[in-house]
Amino acid sequence: MQRLNRAVIGTAAVALLATACTGTSEAPKANDDVTKDVTITFWHGWSAPSEAAAITANIKAFEAKHPNIKVKVVGNINDDKIKQALRAGGPNSPDVVSSFTTDNVGTFCTSNVFADLKPFLDKSGIDMDKTFPKALQDYTQYQGKRCALPLLNDAYGLYYNKDAFKAAGITAPPKTMSEFDKIAKQLTKEKGDTYSQLGFMPNFHGYESTTSHFAAQWNPTYLTPEGKSNLAADPAFASMLKWQKNLVDSLGGYAKLEKYRATFGDEWGAKNPFHTGQTVMSIDGEWRLGMAKEAGVKFDIGVAPFPVPDDQADSYGKGYLAGTIIGIASPSTKQNAAWELVKYMTTDTEAVVNFSNGIHNVPSTLDALKSPNLKVDEGFKTFLEIAQHPKSNTTPASPNGGAYQLTFQDFAFQHEAGKVPDLAAGLKKTDEQIDKDLAQVK
Amino acid sequence: MHRREALRNVAFLSPWLIGVSVFFLYPLISTVYFSFMKYDGFTAPTWTGLKNWSYVFTDYPFFWPALRNTLWLVIVMVSLRVLFGLGIGMLITKVKTGAGFFRTAFYLPYLAPPVAATMAFAFLLNPGTGPVNNILGAIGLPQPGWFNDPTWSKPALTLLALWGIGDLMVIFMASLLDVPQEQYEAASLDGAGAWQRFWFVTLPNISPIVLFAVVTGVIQTMQYYTQPLVAGKVASGVIGGSGQQFEPGYPEKSTLTLPQLVYNLGFQRFDTGGASVVALVLFALAMVFTAILMRRRSGFLSD
Repeated sequence: MQRLNRAVIGTAAVALLATACTGTSEAPKANDDVTKDVTITFWHGWSAPSEAAAITANIKAFEAKHPNIKVKVVGNINDDKIKQALRAGGPNSPDVVSSFTTDNVGTFCTSNVFADLKPFLDKSGIDMDKTFPKALQDYTQYQGKRCALPLLNDAYGLYYNKDAFKAAGITAPPKTMSEFDKIAKQLTKEKGDTYSQLGFMPNFHGYESTTSHFAAQWNPTYLTPEGKSNLAADPAFASMLKWQKNLVDSLGGYAKLEKYRATFGDEWGAKNPFHTGQTVMSIDGEWRLGMAKEAGVKFDIGVAPFPVPDDQADSYGKGYLAGTIIGIASPSTKQNAAWELVKYMTTDTEAVVNFSNGIHNVPSTLDALKSPNLKVDEGFKTFLEIAQHPKSNTTPASPNGGAYQLTFQDFAFQHEAGKVPDLAAGLKKTDEQIDKDLAQVK
Repeated sequence: MHRREALRNVAFLSPWLIGVSVFFLYPLISTVYFSFMKYDGFTAPTWTGLKNWSYVFTDYPFFWPALRNTLWLVIVMVSLRVLFGLGIGMLITKVKTGAGFFRTAFYLPYLAPPVAATMAFAFLLNPGTGPVNNILGAIGLPQPGWFNDPTWSKPALTLLALWGIGDLMVIFMASLLDVPQEQYEAASLDGAGAWQRFWFVTLPNISPIVLFAVVTGVIQTMQYYTQPLVAGKVASGVIGGSGQQFEPGYPEKSTLTLPQLVYNLGFQRFDTGGASVVALVLFALAMVFTAILMRRRSGFLSD
């Protein structure tokens, strides 16, 4: 009898021990009084001095409007720290959280660690469609559940070296893929088994030349409404892969391009191959303008939307969009006060414009995108237009940190290297893998 | 009286007991528990039986490549490191002049932080701009792709590990200097050559140290994480700076190791259950290797 007792106690102790650190999913209700004095904590990931200054200015303006709400700002926070804090909860954990990793929205929504914002949006009478561009609404929600809002935005477009264009007698940036391919080939100068100048680096490790950035030009549907992978069913993916492989082959082949790619400097440094003239065109985000200027680039930089497939020429102007997200931690007991900050930072036109001017990202509301107070140069305007284009799109949230994108990318690496004999069958197999991975976290 | 004595013993043992329970037993039990649970790190875990196990072994595309890579590294890297460390140790104990200089020179690389050392190697071995391939090309030798070529990425990591041989060199040096000089003299008198002196005198004397080097080497290699991760990131050129997820194991999964999977599953894919399965596989493998190696030995003591 005593032995049995001991066994029972032992098992109970082990079970208790094992479950000790699993956090809770019980969220407190938002019933704090926003008129009372309160201090909330805001975590963000920016770290450069100029960015930190922009945040400080933004928060000061908020505190001036809401004198009873004090905001404690904690910067340079990465996603691992965010997850840790949201798991632990408690009075020292953040109330408002922003993250660069758009791909984590799926989990933040399904696991309820980010509070559902719908009641707050309804209460404040915010009409999503009149406030935010469509793609930005997409990457901040998961399966109809809105647990985050966009805080500034990144748009991707085509950068080109105007001097090199002029030297080759090209007067305007390409608008369709066939024009683009022709120009890329024309601007490529081979030198022995390498290049003295490459029109464009199409290989999928070529920095921002990624599967998701290219595929956006075909308006793809990654996941079905039931949450299944859709690569084989949507012709967008096969078309994009075929286009890319064709361009790879016409510019000298995968191996030769890879060898040339190994000579490139760091993407985020002054020796980026576009800065050095190693490549004449590149796909990149709006930040490249500022970085090129800082790197002291000598040539004139042209910016345009990335070209579109020939049969979709009418949708020229679109591009891939992604950006920083912001939400309210559901363990927070000051959710109403937290909402005031989130509402101010994401929807107040003046706040979004000033923040955008400070950080040099694309603003994230329709009103801010049209604001005359935006301090932008000519090139940057292109990105404002890409962000507003109705056909611009993004990669949808998933419950496993965007693993589907990496699985598709893995397949694309095989395809560009000529290791995929049957594209349709390969896409189907990739679908199956993605579905298995999604089922594991369902 | 008996009871008080027992209590006192437990009290004296308590620092160790607390340490082992908090930092070893509790995490181990939790890991076993979570391996049968669906747990995203936030919502309360729910029982899923063997689902995590079957997913990792049959459906998770990274598991088998990572296991193969880890075993490759355990076999090749550990053997070469022990041979190389022993060789350098013997050379250095034989050097007549400048011993201090050579000891320092061979030990220093071990002190380099792993991330910095790996990045330096990735730049040196860069197939496009690296000096190593320029030299190889100049003397007419083939120029491998190193960290950019799936067949050469693990040999490149092995080179990096051999460069940082300082830890093994020091313990081999100490043990070699400990071998009684009289035994060499006696062997010489019996007409033993250099090889026989090594085989019948040196090796039996230092064999516990060799075993120690192998066992700790195997365990270290099982936990090999920083170097392959950094090498893959730097060589792929895509460091995920603009919010996109980085590709694990570039090129073509050839630098994936089991600990990277724990990170990939647990922290990138929010699958603590699957991550726990991989961690347990790692634990079991380390136990098996160590048990095999220690089987006919009385620990690290001389026979």
